[in-house]
Amino acid sequence: MKKHTIVALVQDQPGVLSRVIGLIRRRGYNIESLAVGHSEQPSISRLTIVVESTQVEQVVKQLYRLIEVIKVSDVTDDPTVEREMVLLKLHAPISVRHEIVAMCGVFDAKIVDVGSSTMIIEMSGTPSKVQNFIDTIRSYGIKEMMRTGRIAMVRGSRGHNADQYVESGNGATAPVAN
Amino acid sequence: MSQELTGAQIMCEALIREGVEVMFGIPGGAIMPFYFAMWEYRDRLRHVLCRHEQGAGHAAEGYARSTGRIGVCIGTSGPGVTNLVTPVADAMMDSTPLLAICGQVGSHVLGKDAFQETDITGITMPITKHNYLVKNASELAYVFKEAIYIATTGRPGPVLIDITKDAMQKSCVPNWDRKLDLPGYKPTYQPNRKQLREALKLLRQARKPLIIAGNGVIMAGAHAELRHFAERLRLPVITTLHGIGAFPEEHPLSLGMPGMHGWVHCNRAIQECDVLFNIGGRFDDRVTGKASTFAPNAKVIHVDIDPSEIGKNVKVDVPIVADARMALQALLDELPVKEELADLHAHASDWMEYIRELQDKHQGKQQYINRAAVQNMALPPHDVYAALNRHIAERGNIIVVTDVGQHQMWAAQLLDWNAGPRSHITSGGAATMGFSVPAALGVAIAHPDKTVWVVCGDGGFQMTNQEMATIIQEGIKNIKVAVINNGYLGMVRQWQELFENKRYSGTPLSGPNFAKLAEAYYWKGMTVEHTNQVQAAIEEAQATNGPVLIDFRVEREVNVFPMVPQNASIGDMITENSGA
Ligand SMILES: Cc1ncc(C[n+]2csc(CCOP(=O)(O)OP(=O)(O)O)c2C)c(N)n1
Ligand SMILES: [Mg+2]
Repeated sequence: MKKHTIVALVQDQPGVLSRVIGLIRRRGYNIESLAVGHSEQPSISRLTIVVESTQVEQVVKQLYRLIEVIKVSDVTDDPTVEREMVLLKLHAPISVRHEIVAMCGVFDAKIVDVGSSTMIIEMSGTPSKVQNFIDTIRSYGIKEMMRTGRIAMVRGSRGHNADQYVESGNGATAPVAN
Repeated sequence: MSQELTGAQIMCEALIREGVEVMFGIPGGAIMPFYFAMWEYRDRLRHVLCRHEQGAGHAAEGYARSTGRIGVCIGTSGPGVTNLVTPVADAMMDSTPLLAICGQVGSHVLGKDAFQETDITGITMPITKHNYLVKNASELAYVFKEAIYIATTGRPGPVLIDITKDAMQKSCVPNWDRKLDLPGYKPTYQPNRKQLREALKLLRQARKPLIIAGNGVIMAGAHAELRHFAERLRLPVITTLHGIGAFPEEHPLSLGMPGMHGWVHCNRAIQECDVLFNIGGRFDDRVTGKASTFAPNAKVIHVDIDPSEIGKNVKVDVPIVADARMALQALLDELPVKEELADLHAHASDWMEYIRELQDKHQGKQQYINRAAVQNMALPPHDVYAALNRHIAERGNIIVVTDVGQHQMWAAQLLDWNAGPRSHITSGGAATMGFSVPAALGVAIAHPDKTVWVVCGDGGFQMTNQEMATIIQEGIKNIKVAVINNGYLGMVRQWQELFENKRYSGTPLSGPNFAKLAEAYYWKGMTVEHTNQVQAAIEEAQATNGPVLIDFRVEREVNVFPMVPQNASIGDMITENSGA
């Protein structure tokens, strides 16, 4: 099954995340990652969902059924900027620290905490670059890891501007299938 | 109005503002403030006390489906509202505008497993069009307005509002003027002109065109437009279970019902047509059979107000997202003059002739009703339908409500559906046994001038017949119940007979003496065991000034034919002769 990146603008209301996830769960699809946060409009949240599915078009249409979902699109094949961030706590005794520091340099990663035998590293980039970094650094011993999941934005003037959905009321209707 | 009102008073005012006149429910701890306030509004807001919240929900559905207006039901926190889950799910499947008002525990104990607390918004998220948890009195005026707007517009559906007890008790000055703000909800009503022309082009070139009409036609009030459209193009019309009433069956272009228990000629027409115009139907799997083999030669035009229905089950060539009436109106506006339709008319008439020949070759309604196989039975179920047909034709002004099972399919097949939209009320998508008696209560309240005939199985009847007491308490006289009593969960038994070698596991069913049960509820009860008593019993029931139940003890093991086995193509039907 192909992995799809879906971007959605939703009204920032209690329960909205639950509704979105419930709809995907109902079809039996696994959510690989989910990132939620504010958009440029305080009343509108923005989601990036990575899901494995064969019928993503149908999922997108059904998401539109949710009253609080304003705009949804599958951006998998669009020109996008995609980013992910990871925090890693590494096993880092003094003897290997200089190697780790060098590796961080190569991957543009930041050392954000140093303990007596650990280091916390922050790294962000495309999801594949993040994966590369993790694979490379893994041999030092990862004690903890947290990935944020992918966030995505379509390049150029097209995209998911949230301002247009506030007040003016000329918001989106689900796209006419064609 | 700048007067302070309690949250519960605001709820009543809001309902009245939205034109609500009747509500069905049962009180309890958490919802008591609403009942307290309701008392002062009782002249304008009628409350019907049901015997079970499921009954209240179905009654509200019956009210909604027979009028097109919002149906309102009420339950208290915990078991009260979980009892509403079935009708809410039923309303979701059949796109019924339903408002479920739920009492919730106080906001200070919310989430702490308080007495009678259930997370009803969590439970009903996937079976409502939308739902709300309201914790402040100040939100109520707006939420009620928005909820009813959502339930009744676009593709209608159930909306549930869960209100904490304190939100009903606290007072505030309601703000009635807040404008609806729904950036994510803008239903499309007007069709796209380009798609319309595309559809017309396909239809004009068709040699074997066919219309399927569904619930959307009825909900949009598009039956007159559908008739004009079919007549102008001379297209044969198939009506789905929920499309019954969208097109009169006596019309020369009407073919009847498709699908699992549809007529052979309807299903064959679908399999052979070259352009299929589906208006307001959702290609349910009971219609399509195995979807990949459905209408293999057809270009499909699908008109639906819900974009997520398009392409869901069947591949669509021309999608039209619109209200059924507006789409048909726009299509009628675009129709060319009659002369330009000459080719289509010629093809359509050959095609119709061909379908009628198919119909004569296979068992259609008349052959099915009168067939020899049932002639020597004391009371074949078919005779009840034949008598009801005569009665409805003579008397008119009748709405039929059916339950779920064999008797439901026979009603759809065998009754003559000519009374227009909203004359047939049934549970289709969810197929909820126990729907009919409480739904009839709602229908009867909405239509005091009509007689409501319930056709119910002995199984389904035993699920919700407690509402007979509600019907008496409310003084409702215009309900007549025909129990098609076959001593089985008949539809399941039929499958066991046909596909499981008659292993009647869990289907033989006993019941009380239904006539006596009815009498115990202060109804009139009758028992009919022989064909020659049927007509007289129906007439007596109709003549009786009060609710009547007739227990029709029909032949026990009779099957509904024709039939498409599950997951088979609708082209492969079992008919009476090929079957058992
Ligand atoms: C609430 C519910 N439970 C179970 C079913 C499954 N079911 C479908 S038809 C049927 C038999 C109905 O029996 P009865 O009401 O006697 O009607 P009949 O088929 O005999 O006419 C059953 C059990 C259902 N549709 N709804
Ligand atoms: Mg039965």
